[in-house]
Amino acid sequence: MRRIYLDHIAATPLHPEALAAMLPFLKERFGNPQSLHGEGQSVLEAVEEARGQVARLIGATAAEIIFTSSGSESNNLAVKGLALAGRARGTHLVLSAIEHLSVLNAAKSLEKFGFRSTLVPVDGAGTVRPESVERALAKDTVLVSVMLANSEVGTIEPVAEIAKLCRAKSVLVHTDAVAAAGSLPLDVQALGVDALSLAGDQFYGPKGGAALFIKKGTRLLPQIDGGIQESGRRGGTENVAAIVGLGKAAEIALARRAERAAKAAELRDRLIDGFSRKIGHVLLTGPRAGRLPHQASFCIQFVEGEAMLLSLDMKGIAVSSGSACSSKALKASHVLLALGLDHATAQGSVVFSLLEDTTAEDIDDVIEFFPPIIERLRKMSPLYTAYLKENPQ
Amino acid sequence: MIYSDKVMDHFANPRNVGTLPDADGVGQVGNPVCGDMMTFYIKVKDDRLSEIKFQTFGCGAAIAVSSMVTGMALGKTLEEAMAITNEKVAEELGGLPKNKMHCSNLGADALHEAIKDYRHKSAPGARDAVSAAPAQAHDEHDEACCCPYCEGPLEGMEEVCSCSHCDIDFIECPACGKYTNKAEAACVACGAKIAK
Repeated sequence: MRRIYLDHIAATPLHPEALAAMLPFLKERFGNPQSLHGEGQSVLEAVEEARGQVARLIGATAAEIIFTSSGSESNNLAVKGLALAGRARGTHLVLSAIEHLSVLNAAKSLEKFGFRSTLVPVDGAGTVRPESVERALAKDTVLVSVMLANSEVGTIEPVAEIAKLCRAKSVLVHTDAVAAAGSLPLDVQALGVDALSLAGDQFYGPKGGAALFIKKGTRLLPQIDGGIQESGRRGGTENVAAIVGLGKAAEIALARRAERAAKAAELRDRLIDGFSRKIGHVLLTGPRAGRLPHQASFCIQFVEGEAMLLSLDMKGIAVSSGSACSSKALKASHVLLALGLDHATAQGSVVFSLLEDTTAEDIDDVIEFFPPIIERLRKMSPLYTAYLKENPQ
Repeated sequence: MIYSDKVMDHFANPRNVGTLPDADGVGQVGNPVCGDMMTFYIKVKDDRLSEIKFQTFGCGAAIAVSSMVTGMALGKTLEEAMAITNEKVAEELGGLPKNKMHCSNLGADALHEAIKDYRHKSAPGARDAVSAAPAQAHDEHDEACCCPYCEGPLEGMEEVCSCSHCDIDFIECPACGKYTNKAEAACVACGAKIAK
């Protein structure tokens, strides 16, 4: 069966050029970049080249890039590292309610060390309003963390505006750009942020290759104490192959981002339009405009997300869902609830995210296969039966 | 794969889906907050279940469980059907993921509710005898001790306790008495609103 993979937000395939760049470092170029001999030094050069590639993707300098193991690690290092280093200035954090759990739970961990945090609500489209952030700022706020885009509902956040008003009050700003990197243009100067997280597995790099931008001169408390790797800001022998793969993927992303995004946006709109024509009682989550180019998310009423996900998988289509049933802890996605959706609606969550090789044919197949799946599940749904009873057609 | 082949078969080809407009008994369990809702319809002939239909809003496990229960109970006497437990259903399905045992494995409960409804309608006096049925008492005992999400042990006082695995605090629901997520506005077991 032909597989149609539409779960970019979970993982992207490794780009062949990134793989080719990585292979020598899994074979003959095994040296430790901290070693002073030839084997080490040639590997160090490769790591530093990758640092430059990642820096160019976001308009930073190489010295401002710290390599990490994942987007979650980058977020943890930013939130905990910046807050703890800035403790003398205050112990208050401001976060949006739809941040990734690696940001929210990092802030929660900091509560054990005397920090407190304010969650800024979002509107029905998932947008964090700058004035809401401003209202949440306190005299002792040290850090604001607002993501650049949300992978579950696709919303792009006004981070530049938020950073501007925070800068006026000397509050540091971190943005989680994991969902955005590779899809949106990134320029840390234009954004005006002090820290930015990204992960290569969201733009055809390898898992295990991620980075944190920390603006020059910003104090950071390391979360992995060790040697002098990453200028003493993150201990541990470098995951060289992943770093090299991340660098290559960043270079490709910089060259092809605009073309990839334009193509994805066209197919995304084809999907959204197709669904609104063919499926009743469907809600687009997040905004129609101003969303990630490769992401289309919906809540389908009267059916549950995991049942849709499994049914689509049986048809060869891979997607994800924020429903309670499809999560390990059986909790509805905090993002969907933050948008003001009720539990029953949030249960119908289904998220499509497109790859660079997704075709119009793939999208047309999804538009053809999905409606009968929904119809079958609705025939089984007591909620739909109750709805039809109250609203006879 | 998180589900057994048997679960996937019952999910893909569920048996006895539908409603019975002239049902002798109807039973409903669950609510959308915890994820799954099941409605069972039964017809009774000579004290046996002659027809069973179900509708389920929920995940793959919830649909498979519902389908399996209808197959296990069809043609059985009411007494025999009341002896079917959620655990037996999960066993018949070749097991269920641990976190799905309490939320989605409610098929036997829904069937029992339908039988109770039938008994109540046909002989109101029989109601008390049913509520003392051993299967039901067993289930309630189980749920009182475990986290409704991961089935792990709960720590803390009797009225307020927590699951360290899920990092969730629980309180007893004033309506149904089962443990419910303290952070939720409605009981995860019965859907009743919880006053803060």
